[in-house]
Amino acid sequence: MTLDGWLEIALVLGAVLIAARPLGLYMARVLQGERTLLAPVLRPLERRLYSAAGIDAGKEQGWLAYTLAMLAFSAAGFLVLYVLMRLQASLPLNPQGFAGVPPDLAFNTALSFVTNTNWQSYAGETTMAHIVQMAGLTVQNFVSAATGIALAAAVTRAFARSGSATIGNFWVDMTRATLYVLLPLSIVVALAYVMSGVPQTLLASTGVTTLEGAKQTLSLGPVASQEAIKQLGTNGGGFFNANAAHPFENPNAWSNMLSIWSMLVVSAAMTFAFGRMVGDARQGHALLAAMGILLVAAVALVYGAEAAGNPILAKLGIDASAGNLEGKEIRFGQALTALYIAATTGLSCGAVNAMHDSLTPLGGLAPMFLMQLGEILPGGVGSGLYGMIVMAILAVFVAGLMVGRTPEYLGKKIEAREMKLAILALLILPFAILGFAAASAVMPSALESLANAGPHGLSEILYAYSSAAGNNGSAFAGLNANTPWYNTTLGLAMLLGRFAYVVPVMAIAGSLAAKRKIAPSAGTFPTHGGLFVGLLVGVILILGGLQYFPSLALGPVVEHFLMQSGKTF
Amino acid sequence: MFTHLRPALVMVAALTVLTGVVYPLAITGLSQVLLPAQANGSLLTRDGAVVGSSLVGQLFTGDGYFHGRPSAAGSDGYDASASSGSNLGPTSAKLVARVEAAIPALAVPNGASVPADAVTASASGLDPHISPDYAALQVERVAKARGVPPARIREILAGAAEEPLAGVVGEPRVNVLLLNIALDAALASGTG
Repeated sequence: MTLDGWLEIALVLGAVLIAARPLGLYMARVLQGERTLLAPVLRPLERRLYSAAGIDAGKEQGWLAYTLAMLAFSAAGFLVLYVLMRLQASLPLNPQGFAGVPPDLAFNTALSFVTNTNWQSYAGETTMAHIVQMAGLTVQNFVSAATGIALAAAVTRAFARSGSATIGNFWVDMTRATLYVLLPLSIVVALAYVMSGVPQTLLASTGVTTLEGAKQTLSLGPVASQEAIKQLGTNGGGFFNANAAHPFENPNAWSNMLSIWSMLVVSAAMTFAFGRMVGDARQGHALLAAMGILLVAAVALVYGAEAAGNPILAKLGIDASAGNLEGKEIRFGQALTALYIAATTGLSCGAVNAMHDSLTPLGGLAPMFLMQLGEILPGGVGSGLYGMIVMAILAVFVAGLMVGRTPEYLGKKIEAREMKLAILALLILPFAILGFAAASAVMPSALESLANAGPHGLSEILYAYSSAAGNNGSAFAGLNANTPWYNTTLGLAMLLGRFAYVVPVMAIAGSLAAKRKIAPSAGTFPTHGGLFVGLLVGVILILGGLQYFPSLALGPVVEHFLMQSGKTF
Repeated sequence: MFTHLRPALVMVAALTVLTGVVYPLAITGLSQVLLPAQANGSLLTRDGAVVGSSLVGQLFTGDGYFHGRPSAAGSDGYDASASSGSNLGPTSAKLVARVEAAIPALAVPNGASVPADAVTASASGLDPHISPDYAALQVERVAKARGVPPARIREILAGAAEEPLAGVVGEPRVNVLLLNIALDAALASGTG
């Protein structure tokens, strides 16, 4: 670790914080239906969309109708994407003439993009036609992120309102998040990417003759437009197999910093929007502080482990001062690679600028654990905020138990019904992650997919299901996940991680919205101070540790000690 | 559920047109007009022929050229239509064997350590850069193959080295393709 490295990290995180506040306040205005700067351009378009779809924008929905609308929209998106992939061979804009995508891969990929996971069992440049990359994957990059923002807005309203039967209108929230937030940001970021060297063309590839006279085929395409929303919407599905490690997705240190900034900024902004919408900015700051503390701790762990390098290679006479460079690119450096790794998994982004499979054991443990915590640091756009709110509910419950009072959060009493639903939501992740990983670990056919033996093999499986259930999408990519077993079970894990998680959360929102807001009294536990932030961080770590430490001990932890003693597999 | 059917289908269709067709095509149009060089892959031409992209590494095997890092992209490496890392973990016997096998060819002077990037595969398999240490290690070989004094090669190398911006942002690095083009231009005789 070097001072310059930490300076680079501080520079990016500082830029995120500076932009997050105004963006968050703007998003609060958008989600509350107020007039904004872009209204003259977008308002007519918005109205036309509602009238074509038969949506009464003035009519609000209860939690169940809101959730059903979200599910119907996701189901329709899934079907369109699935059909596009199956039929790509007979569609236009398929310059490479790729065949239709097989059913299990299309199922997995469609679910993956609809759930904002962007797990990729395939290599983009050799599987997906431009028509699918643009009209299929890019679209879900926008709307799955907008869906997350909508859900977070609904949950926020449950705390902002008193005795309300409704929590907003899904169609309006989703449309406004797309039009007013994601689309304008994407246009700016996409052009900045092109400026830094990311290609944007309809050509599929171009052939060159190298200096030594060999032929090299450079894969090209509409990369920048997809890259922008992939990062801003915390999607993470790469245009190319190597994702943001590919020089055409991420050509230099500047584009790398832009990548990290754009994946963090919307989720960080959501906490400011939350504070504004519940009428107490400090509540949003407290959530952001807890997210920030854990994220920086994870960066330090990855940075430290990767900069220390691999002692087995050091014994062969390899210079250890450069750190572990297997699976990393020279132009990013260890510091911003570590920040990228922690950010992409603390968020539910899943874009990678290094191959996580080649990380040192502790460098790989950090991203795995961040995903298992449920993608809340600061989490996917929207999904991170509502995940964090569930944690906050749990934290005030624990505090309530200590002093024997009914817990309350933001003036809403947290009672048995809310706690049961919160626990139900929280149990979905370990069920999907540990259940499927355990099944895979004893299935000979599933073990054939492993690229690495020993404890690292278990890490590959564990990482895959953590990534899928957490809706992250990054991978220990040595695992050959393009098999019917993995495509299907990873698809189910993504489905559970997104929808089985959010339905109970929305039920909590419905029940809290209906409650009257009570004024804080002398006995109210304040949820904006350092004490609450500490409690929240503790609850997240203890809960995550209890659930996942045994499996992590068998994978990365034991591998760490074996690596120190020079054992290979 | 059925009351949501029409909004769901219409919204998916409308947003597909807006974000899946209009948005990428508008960005394509703008970039092709405003930033055509970058939008088409930052291609490098020499004597009218395209020889590569300044962003993407390519395979060099001749003694007279500087070499890039080991690559796992495609069967021979540096296949820019099949980007990939090795995905070998830190305790992989395959990784250790591959690194061990690569060391002799580097001709590292006694007592010196091997630059890490000379034996490790990059994430994309297309890393265009190497570290200044790895470049320095190759000077003798290139000089011998080209029949010029090492000092001359070092001079060209110094001209191609890239430093972090403001001393902080980015890494000290050398773009192998740009260096080799500079080498050919400076020493017009033979390519080794």
